[in-house]
Amino acid sequence: MNAIVGLSQTELRLPIVIVGHVDHGKSTLVGRLLNDTGSLPEGKVEALREMSRRRGMPFEWSFVMDALQAERDQGITIDTTQVRFRTAVRPYVIIDAPGHKEFLKNMITGAASAEAALLVIDVQEGALEQSRRHAYLLHLLGVRQVAVVINKMDMCDFSAERYQAVSDGILGYLSEIGVTPSAVVPVSARHGNNVVERCRHMAWYTGPTVTEALDAFTAAKSLAHRPLRLPVQDVYKLDERRIIAGRVESGHLKIGDTLTFLPGGRTATIASLESWNEPTPRTEAVAGQSIGITLDQPIFVERGHVASLAEHRPVETHTLRVHLFWLGHEPLTVGRRYTLKVATAEHDVTVQAIERVIDVEDLSNHNGDRVERNGVGEVVLHSRSAMVVDDFVAVARTGRAVIVDGYDVVGGCIIQQPKADEMPARNLIATGHTVTADERAWVNGHLGGVLWFTGLSGAGKSTMAMALERELFRKGIQVYALDGDGIRQGLNADLGFSPDDRTENIRRVAQVGRLFAEAGVIVVTALISPTRADRAVARRIGGRHFHEIHISADLAVCEARDTKGLYRKARAGLIPEFTGVSAPYEPPLTPELTLHTGGQTVEDCLAELVAYVERTLIRPARQGGSGANTGEP
Amino acid sequence: MDQLSALEDQSIYIFREAFNKIDKLAMLWSIGKDSNVMLWLARKAFFGHVPFPVVHVDTSYKIPEMITFRDRMAREWGLEMVLGQNRAALDDGMGPQRGRITCCTALKTDGLKAVLAEQGYTAVIAGIRRDEDGTRAKERVFSPRGLNAEWDFRDQPPEFWDQFKTTFPPGTSLRVHPILHWTELDVWKYIRRENIPVVDLYFAKNGKRYRSLGCAPCTAPTESTATTVDEIITELERTRTSERSGRAQDKVSEDAFERLRAGGYM
Repeated sequence: MNAIVGLSQTELRLPIVIVGHVDHGKSTLVGRLLNDTGSLPEGKVEALREMSRRRGMPFEWSFVMDALQAERDQGITIDTTQVRFRTAVRPYVIIDAPGHKEFLKNMITGAASAEAALLVIDVQEGALEQSRRHAYLLHLLGVRQVAVVINKMDMCDFSAERYQAVSDGILGYLSEIGVTPSAVVPVSARHGNNVVERCRHMAWYTGPTVTEALDAFTAAKSLAHRPLRLPVQDVYKLDERRIIAGRVESGHLKIGDTLTFLPGGRTATIASLESWNEPTPRTEAVAGQSIGITLDQPIFVERGHVASLAEHRPVETHTLRVHLFWLGHEPLTVGRRYTLKVATAEHDVTVQAIERVIDVEDLSNHNGDRVERNGVGEVVLHSRSAMVVDDFVAVARTGRAVIVDGYDVVGGCIIQQPKADEMPARNLIATGHTVTADERAWVNGHLGGVLWFTGLSGAGKSTMAMALERELFRKGIQVYALDGDGIRQGLNADLGFSPDDRTENIRRVAQVGRLFAEAGVIVVTALISPTRADRAVARRIGGRHFHEIHISADLAVCEARDTKGLYRKARAGLIPEFTGVSAPYEPPLTPELTLHTGGQTVEDCLAELVAYVERTLIRPARQGGSGANTGEP
Repeated sequence: MDQLSALEDQSIYIFREAFNKIDKLAMLWSIGKDSNVMLWLARKAFFGHVPFPVVHVDTSYKIPEMITFRDRMAREWGLEMVLGQNRAALDDGMGPQRGRITCCTALKTDGLKAVLAEQGYTAVIAGIRRDEDGTRAKERVFSPRGLNAEWDFRDQPPEFWDQFKTTFPPGTSLRVHPILHWTELDVWKYIRRENIPVVDLYFAKNGKRYRSLGCAPCTAPTESTATTVDEIITELERTRTSERSGRAQDKVSEDAFERLRAGGYM
């Protein structure tokens, strides 16, 4: 364990982010810090003076950081930037983040890599919207060390009362989100008061200057003694070796350790640590190192798997509750599908629920069906593939994830206390399959089922089947509508309309429906299926998957609709044994659901159907999963 | 873990992400110290191999020692080298006398775009660093370019937690920057630690040395007595002049370098 004992983080640059509302003087503070610590290159001050003169402005320190022409012309920072400087104590990387709401994605880009933050507030304005939003996001991103800088003190005659009022305001907000700042420093960044040099106009202030506050921050804690997490980045076959490459995100490992790879749980022992041009061969590795290992057995491992030690495994789950910030132009909505990237893994996820939407201004919670751009919320995500994750507080690197929509990163999330799937026991169904119905239900997030629509021609079976298919599909449900006419042209092309053929038609559709349902799909059938006897056959075949849904409308209504012109033909005697005209329709006696399409809009009927599916096929699968588990029909 | 190892581990991670995610990947090789450090890091990432071609855009104005060094390294390290050149512009007499920015755009930027298009690369690895220049400081590690390789610095994608943008619409391409987080001093300290060969022009002769290498007409050596890597490190620890101070094209106007970069320059 020599490598671990020898670890020292003190020489590392401490990344600091400067955040706050637009125009409160973040870039000016950074420019001043660089100048007053002697960190600007020769000639830079002269160049800045010239840039300011050309724009007819007084000398502008922020031009040090605002490297883009548009930034200088508009007087705002657009993108995040990084510069280095050092104090007597240690070197720093300063990350300047834009304060304008429009550029929040750039603020996050900067702040996410920081160990500590300075929150800059204009004493004349106090903590405005973006001050609060930035403070909230710092907390969410896991930046725990924060100092507040109250700027532009020269504009209020260095008033201790003004300072106290603004200080009390921001401290109140920070304490509500659980942040305790290390200092609240009154400064005038433009004039360099209390930045590096102590200010004689503010003798009433005895706390640290900005540089003293920076030096008081502690360096990043080593993750070497946390649980081992090695997300697999790639597998290389090189010179007869099969090298598993990745970065140790947490913990440490050595040759001879037995690793467990999740998902799946395969195990193997580390045979070697591979490297190139190292003075001595590696035998161990710690958090932060990008390494390559070989294993003693050729087990299947691929990108996205996470190696850990057996005693401290991450959680394997299909459902996550996350605290999320949203950057997408389109709001996040229930039912939308996205790609979730956790470490090196990618998953297709569906938004199952939005538990609360948080107003970062006053920290109030709302119920809502969307999280808007630059908003924050708590949502539940469901994945069809097993996700390997940790609680953010326990192992941050595998406890956070980004959300991708199409080509773009649209959000970030903090994983909150993930729970392992309570996978149902495998021995409940004796189908001979190694994948059980309950496992399918867990992965899909819903049970399979046959929604058997019956009713008169023109009652709205096909309309409702197609509308339901679209709506369930939008929610990420595996769904397929089997339309009677389509089936008759394909699978049942050999059948006519005699009573025997009609019975056989229904038997076949029922069998197909059952196969779909067993494969985990919700199938919606739209057949008149006029006789109780035929439907009884279908119910026997479908067993527990079968749901009889009566699409009910009066004959007069159906005939008035006559969408296919069939009633007209039947009345003219052109169609023999047409249900409702020349053959009977036997309405179900005890259907699972009856929809009255005569008196309701399509939307109302659809809502009723969706509610039924939620109640019977979705919620049971998500609340314990054993709803499907009653054995063979 | 020391600073250099931390930088190295991060760069290796970036190289491996790019290699895993990008189908047609190549690396730009300017023959300078930074691209040599990048080649070294690639060999660390891929256990002695460089699993993608290296592209050199030859403006024909490069300092001759650079070309000799390039050919020697390509042989010794077994590199698959792809050369690009804007032949048409050169035949037409393009040179710095037409204006430095015009020349840079024609011979470097357009030369690069042409070779990328010709070879069908979807991403190129480039050795720029944040400390070189204010506009580079705002760069992303995985930086998408538009259809004409231009950089839309007003609307860059979010990039955090090392989750890089690796998917983009057809027709657009990507620049990957594995040493964006390094400084000039880090590069030299790493060269010393790893004993990485660099072209002789970096070491002082007659009181001058090149701090940054480019084309002969637009690159001036700076005052220096540093004849070894150690002496360069000592010099850089004390200096307050910027690295690109010897690069004439940056100084044509206040936003000269920004405009060059927005047009597709490295």
